[in-house]
Amino acid sequence: MANTLFDKVWDAHVVRKVKEGPDVLFIDRHFIHEVTSPVAFLGLESRGNSVLYPEKTFATADHNTPTINQHLPVEDPLSANQLNALEENAKKYGISHWGLGDKNNGIVHVVGPENGITLPGATIVCGDSHTSTHGAFGAIAFGIGTSEVEMVLSTQCIMQPKPKSLRINVNGSLGVGVTPKDVALYIISKLSTSGATGYFVEYAGDVFKEMSMEGRMTVCNLSIEMGARGGMIAPDEKTYHYIKGRALAPKGEAWDKAMNYWQTLYTEDNAAFDAEVTFEASDIEPMITYGTNPGMGIGVTKSIPNSDDTDSGAKSYKKSLAYMNFDEGDAMLGKEIDFVFLGSCTNGRIEDFRAFCSIVEGRKKADNVTAWLVPGSHKVVDQIKEEGLDKIIENAGFVLREPGCSACLAMNDDKIPSGKLSVSTSNRNFEGRQGPGSRTLLASPLVAAASAVEGVVTDPRTILTA
Amino acid sequence: MAYDKFDVLTSTAYPLPIENVDTDQIIPARFLKATERVGFGDNFFRDWRYNQDGTPKADFPLNKEIYAGSKILVGGKNFGSGSSREHAAWSVYDFGLRCVISSFFADIFRNNCLNVGVLPVQVSENFANTLFDAIMANPNTEIKVDLPKQTVTLVATGESESFEINTYKKDNMLNGFDDIDYLKNIEDEISLFAKTRPF
Repeated sequence: MANTLFDKVWDAHVVRKVKEGPDVLFIDRHFIHEVTSPVAFLGLESRGNSVLYPEKTFATADHNTPTINQHLPVEDPLSANQLNALEENAKKYGISHWGLGDKNNGIVHVVGPENGITLPGATIVCGDSHTSTHGAFGAIAFGIGTSEVEMVLSTQCIMQPKPKSLRINVNGSLGVGVTPKDVALYIISKLSTSGATGYFVEYAGDVFKEMSMEGRMTVCNLSIEMGARGGMIAPDEKTYHYIKGRALAPKGEAWDKAMNYWQTLYTEDNAAFDAEVTFEASDIEPMITYGTNPGMGIGVTKSIPNSDDTDSGAKSYKKSLAYMNFDEGDAMLGKEIDFVFLGSCTNGRIEDFRAFCSIVEGRKKADNVTAWLVPGSHKVVDQIKEEGLDKIIENAGFVLREPGCSACLAMNDDKIPSGKLSVSTSNRNFEGRQGPGSRTLLASPLVAAASAVEGVVTDPRTILTA
Repeated sequence: MAYDKFDVLTSTAYPLPIENVDTDQIIPARFLKATERVGFGDNFFRDWRYNQDGTPKADFPLNKEIYAGSKILVGGKNFGSGSSREHAAWSVYDFGLRCVISSFFADIFRNNCLNVGVLPVQVSENFANTLFDAIMANPNTEIKVDLPKQTVTLVATGESESFEINTYKKDNMLNGFDDIDYLKNIEDEISLFAKTRPF
């Protein structure tokens, strides 16, 4: 029987199948951060267990870290407590730890790939739903709960029923100003936030073949927002090129051996998927969301749909628009905004800063906009400086902050105030996600940049093609 | 190990007929800063239960005295979407609930519930509406969730539907076991397997 990419990687990690139950799945790489791991370590200790393979777990601090003055002690005692717990637990069990200020520190889903930890054919988990990001390399990667974090620490396995498979094809080529973020928001708007629940996605077709590794990470990152546990893309020359030479990537003979294996990682012709959908790249324009879940997205030039035309219940739909203080039929273009957030595990990589700069270069930030530009890692910061993007950012009236998850989930001080409207390159527009009462419009770095200089929701194509 | 056994539960229920309830609503991120598993019930649906000045919102179902003490919550479609934070499932349990009924659950939330002793019961949309209607008409409406028989029943009328749960997870819930107990028992097998992994 012909196998899918997903079958090949999953089946290679099954330690045993439980009768009328889940598979016992071996985990190659485990990331932990300060928020979802402390209780797992407590559980581990209360049972008298230890960490079985400390070399397979990697710790980084990102969720609640400040994005200014990282050299000073963390002011919030609760955040400081979590950061200390992560450091202490890592030290106690011999787990590598990139804490605040470490040159390798950054958002877990940015630093994993950038240090060569993320590899094709691996199983990767983390107590964070956007772990799906790592699927861009042909890995099976997904988010887990704290009980499962404890499971992986103490046994290097988790117990999961094998998900169903869904292939999403996007064919053709993307137009000017249309980015990987738009592709993902478009797919989610078509499938809804629960459309892929129970499935593991493989992205295929021209658009993903042509896409950079950074772009693939953005797309796979957002798999969870359509309900999928994860999404993956078959590794190719771009993947190998990205990984080769990274600090923890295989070297020498180990590299050759890995390459031999990686080249077997593709979906065979005639392999069957449980479901398959196909979209055309030419139908996709720069996207923006207007509601309180990532499925409520439209082309930036469109108007907010009427409740009669939506799949979700009218009551929930109206509740969502009421929270946003929007009306059915409103145009999105021209809505005055208060904040712009560039960053997160979705759009905090070098390409995202290049895209942002391509718009703001030679222009000025609008006076009514407060902008937070938060790189995904120190390595991204270094590259921004190396390419001179920091000068463009500064000249346009923006300030570059220090790495972390920041206003994506507002666990630190980067909170959008109640009622304020933010154009954000992050991944969730849930009620209060960016701070109690905050209102979020998800969009690409290009839309965010264009809106930041105009002060209102703006189609980046009007600047790019001017 | 970490939770009480689940067998047959008969209780009134809180109705929450809203779709796509995400885990940021169930427990907002700013309440994830604990390093111990305590107090999550207090912040369960924090921003829907309380005004910004800390006073309770009287019309929110979880605040209504008529439902107080219920062990079951009946939620709208696609319950628990979003973040993987297990704190969401902890807050359900710590609030005093043992069962959530919905016509559709987000994947990670469902998994987390099963790992912490909260039974997610998926029913048809029709049956979910039957339950909502019954609770709205009479807040004293009792629902019986029978895990051994895998049925959920409206006690007053006898209307009933069966639900799915895999045998392994069912046994865990019935006995109060979890996956770690199982995995520690096969550690030798795992160690042998680990030796075969290339990286």
